Amino acid sequence: MKKKVLFLIAILVVAGVFWGALSRVHPFGEKARAPMDDYYLENAQQERSVNNVVTAIVFDYRGFDTLGEAAVLFTAVCSVLALFRKGSEGK
Amino acid sequence: MNPLSVVVRTICDVFAWFMGIYGIYIIIHGHLTPGGGFQGGAVVATMAAFLLVSHGGKKLLSFAKPGFYSGIETAGLLIFITTGFLGLSATFFYNFLAGRGGLFGAVVPIGPNSGILNSAGTISVMNMAVGLEVIGGLSLILIYMFKGIRLFDDQTGGSETGHDR
Repeated sequence: MKKKVLFLIAILVVAGVFWGALSRVHPFGEKARAPMDDYYLENAQQERSVNNVVTAIVFDYRGFDTLGEAAVLFTAVCSVLALFRKGSEGK
Repeated sequence: MNPLSVVVRTICDVFAWFMGIYGIYIIIHGHLTPGGGFQGGAVVATMAAFLLVSHGGKKLLSFAKPGFYSGIETAGLLIFITTGFLGLSATFFYNFLAGRGGLFGAVVPIGPNSGILNSAGTISVMNMAVGLEVIGGLSLILIYMFKGIRLFDDQTGGSETGHDR
């Protein structure tokens, strides 16, 4: 009985939090404010002297992310090499 | 994997050059056109699969050494990280070559893509570094996976198994 009451209270609290969060969600279909996008589009060509803004974001503004991708690829290659290496007893 | 017939081998010899050149073009023009290091490296690494299918594993492993591919993979990642650290006077990954003149330092006009290859500063260097890494990594995966399979071991090696006979 006590467990059920606690469970009910927890559900009510979580539902209230979700309701509060959902009421503040950006309305569907309306234009979002995106100051970061506007900054990239206006200043990327001038700051980085590159015409391809997508490349400027991927390799310069978000270069750390690309470093992570390269590290993921390196780790994948290392794991494949460890999986398919020639064992000592396999011969 | 045994080599295919002489018709397939001749055609693949011709088209492997186009695949390699096209992949290197995608890597070098990464800051001008869609594509870049990852995509172009994947195209160049497909060349190894192409030659493996057409020429067979014995021929491919005679000139594609795993040590070479491992070396260019490591070199690519090291060049990438070093280029990031070289801009450390401002921030990590600061573009210290852009707009200064000299190597990759041409100033581009604002607006539509004008196609100046000598621009974009460290972005070009990083594209080539990532391209090197992807070429080495994917070719290495291919070679080691081929070495790992035991399916073609107990066949008579060397003879060609074409679909024309």
